[in-house]
Amino acid sequence: MSTSTEQVISSESNTQDIHHGPAKGISRWFYTTNHKDIGSMYLWFSLIMFMTGGCMALMIRAELFQPGLQFIEPDFFNQMTTMHGLIMVFGAVMPAFVGLANWMLPLMIGAPDMALPRLNNWSFWILPFAFSMMLMTFFMQGGAPNFGWTFYAPLSTTFAPPSVTFFIFAVHMMGISSIMGAINVIVTILNMRPPGMNMMKLPLFVWTWLITAFLLILVMPVLAGVVTMMLMDIHFGTSFFNAAGGGDPVLFQHVFWFFGHPEVYIMILPAFGVVSEIIPTFARKKLFGYSSMVYATSSIAFLSFIVWAHHMFTVGIPLAGELFFMFATMLIAVPTGVKVFNWVATMFRGSMTFETPMLFAIAFVVLFSIGGFSGLMLAIAPADFQYHDTYFVVAHFHYVLVPGSVFSIMAGVYYWLPKWTGNYYDEKMGKLHFWLSFIGINITFFPMHFVGLAGMPRRIPDYALQFADFNAVSSVGAFLFGFSQLLFIYNVVSCIRKRNQASDEVWEGSHGLEWTVPSPAPYHTFSQPPKVD
Amino acid sequence: MNLISSKKFGLSARHTLALILLFTVPHASADWQLNMREGVTEISRAVYDLHMVIFWICVVIAIVVFGVMLYSVIYHRKSRGAKAHNFHENVYVEIAWTVIPMVILIGMAVPATGTLIKMYDAKEADIDIQITGYQWKWRYQYLESGVDFFSSLATPAEQINNEAEKTDTYLLEVDNPLVIPVGKKIRFLITANDVIHSWWVPDFAVKKDAIPGFINESWAVAEKPGIYRGQCAELCGKDHGFMPIVVEVKSAEDYEIWIKQQQLAQEQKAKSAQKRWSLDELMVTGKEVYGKSCAACHQANGEGIPGAFPALKGSPIVQGDPAAHIDMVLNGKAGTAMQAFRDQLSAAEIAAVITYERNAWGDALGDIISPSHIAKMKQ
Repeated sequence: MSTSTEQVISSESNTQDIHHGPAKGISRWFYTTNHKDIGSMYLWFSLIMFMTGGCMALMIRAELFQPGLQFIEPDFFNQMTTMHGLIMVFGAVMPAFVGLANWMLPLMIGAPDMALPRLNNWSFWILPFAFSMMLMTFFMQGGAPNFGWTFYAPLSTTFAPPSVTFFIFAVHMMGISSIMGAINVIVTILNMRPPGMNMMKLPLFVWTWLITAFLLILVMPVLAGVVTMMLMDIHFGTSFFNAAGGGDPVLFQHVFWFFGHPEVYIMILPAFGVVSEIIPTFARKKLFGYSSMVYATSSIAFLSFIVWAHHMFTVGIPLAGELFFMFATMLIAVPTGVKVFNWVATMFRGSMTFETPMLFAIAFVVLFSIGGFSGLMLAIAPADFQYHDTYFVVAHFHYVLVPGSVFSIMAGVYYWLPKWTGNYYDEKMGKLHFWLSFIGINITFFPMHFVGLAGMPRRIPDYALQFADFNAVSSVGAFLFGFSQLLFIYNVVSCIRKRNQASDEVWEGSHGLEWTVPSPAPYHTFSQPPKVD
Repeated sequence: MNLISSKKFGLSARHTLALILLFTVPHASADWQLNMREGVTEISRAVYDLHMVIFWICVVIAIVVFGVMLYSVIYHRKSRGAKAHNFHENVYVEIAWTVIPMVILIGMAVPATGTLIKMYDAKEADIDIQITGYQWKWRYQYLESGVDFFSSLATPAEQINNEAEKTDTYLLEVDNPLVIPVGKKIRFLITANDVIHSWWVPDFAVKKDAIPGFINESWAVAEKPGIYRGQCAELCGKDHGFMPIVVEVKSAEDYEIWIKQQQLAQEQKAKSAQKRWSLDELMVTGKEVYGKSCAACHQANGEGIPGAFPALKGSPIVQGDPAAHIDMVLNGKAGTAMQAFRDQLSAAEIAAVITYERNAWGDALGDIISPSHIAKMKQ
């Protein structure tokens, strides 16, 4: 970036601050259309949901510490597993990535804000209402949804507690929020780039978010459709999922997983983007195979639409279907492998340092790959007859979601926090947080592979004695991981409060437009488009 | 206490963990089983072999990839004075690491396809058994010999609530196991009565969803007599964790004897409806049946779970016209968890449990529902 552009940016933003700074008091947050404010609100919201869902996870692990029923009743246990899943997926991981997108997309492509700022405000403010409605169900007669986060019919229709209707409306609201957020991302990336920044110059985080946004627009309406069909079955006498009325319970699973499989890539593609930003910075070397990363991400997104029935290998689909979904699923390993190889090649012959974001990013590559390996095993249909619905699956998706998505979010927060707040966080505490999380997570989830293979089904509040040892170990790890997140919160809060001035570049090897604005990033940035060579 | 002892004896972290476990998990039967069981059918062994092949392929790939990464982390770090090189693209390398995984995948797909085709060949079975999932028990119907019974959890509530020592088969034991002969091809026709369940016996590598309104097929030829245990694998409501599957594989002769016994017992049960039952007899049997079939939802004290399962104590159906009460038990209530017990229980059992419900919990209506009356209603 040329120095003249920088001067233009800073003088421009200074005058803007005087005339058009943030509103005072609480109304700033209600009325804001500023991408940085909205990004921060998304991230705080996600953190609150992460801790809420985490408490539920700890309740589950406390109950599973020993065989027998100790703390909670089976029905409440089912409410816990259901709400833990829903809150972590829709309340913690997805909003966190939208928060990162809000903060970083305009800064990375040199745009003054998101393209549709008022829509942006609305898509955030729907979320607190959606999740209040969802959490409210705990206080209703019959309790909260207890049919698993995949809410298979007819357990979630004919046999559901009355609160299911509130759950359906909450899902509708989240869906609206996600679709509007996705529209905003696409419009921003396609229209707000400065002259000279063509698509193949976009930072990889921007690319992965562009693809994610398309996935969101394509599948959130499918989710809305399936919950609407549930609503019709429950209240208006239809029989979509009821064989007695000519419907089919398996239809639910087809529609759900047509949403559900792209959904899991919605939660991992932006993570690929974050890691692809961080590794080159701390390896002080350009990302290896930029264009192949873009193509691999696109292939993964495409394949995500033709693999949904691998979640349903045991429902009795015909042999030909079984084979098709097995082959298509195995194929995903190829582009995913390309991404991992590219990251390793980026580190190779670099000049690496290991600040907290880099530690999280490296752990991401290793542990996400382990989740990928178990995913490949699950893709093998005959073997899946033994793995399906056991703790092996629980281990698999927690490896791709926790040290996958969640670690990448934490890596991203540590990486960009100095830019957001203008202060460096406490590096020592950051590293301690990393190591405790890393150890905690492996103690929690690795033994789940073993109990799963030994035959422990998922979603059970009590288990046979042969699973007792590893379950106790898992519970110890879960509490270690859970409580070490308090360090993260403390570190973030103190980074906002205490002065430890960060430079504009923040990191020695940083690259990209976001590092050309001052730290902390002023309320308005890039009022003039930057020059891109 | 653990902390103190570990400091005193200078134990490592690993020992401390073992110590903690030793103190806190007194029930553990101390088998840290790591891997899948090989099982006792041709298919289950084929699945096990596939599982191990894929596992080792993954291990080798992991060692190579993580090895390169670890090498870079150790040798290409700034603190060692490593200077960053400038390469960031290489078409040949990219092609290589796209093509090589493809070849490995094809190598995996070939044996997997073979095993899958074998698993799907359910024709020409010797014995057909229809398996129906109920909330929260299994029903087994032998289509050829007419034997028909329900199979539910046998572990007493005291063990689950930690009031009694847990036995080795804790949560994996049932009142009436499925019995099959060794070396015969058994076809399982799997369906469900209410929600989706999944019938899983790891030693047979059989896991098939039980879907209300549809019938799924699966099969097994057990090669060794013995007792094999599994569990329901699809979340099916409150007691999903408490509906195990037990299969007893017997020799051909023992199997024949067992079938004869079952047929005889079924005839006797049908006859028992015709004898005269006293109130006391009905109450004793009724309490037993209630505990097995009703208490999971309506609770032992008849008070139900508010919002989920209605109370029987003081309910208008229980206190009102016996005909409505009988209808409810026989035919269930469509659209709720209340099942039809017409086929699940004998006439005598239904009469007993209705009598019990109308006289327990201090309501004492003094009603006697006679088994012969129920037998007529059932027809």
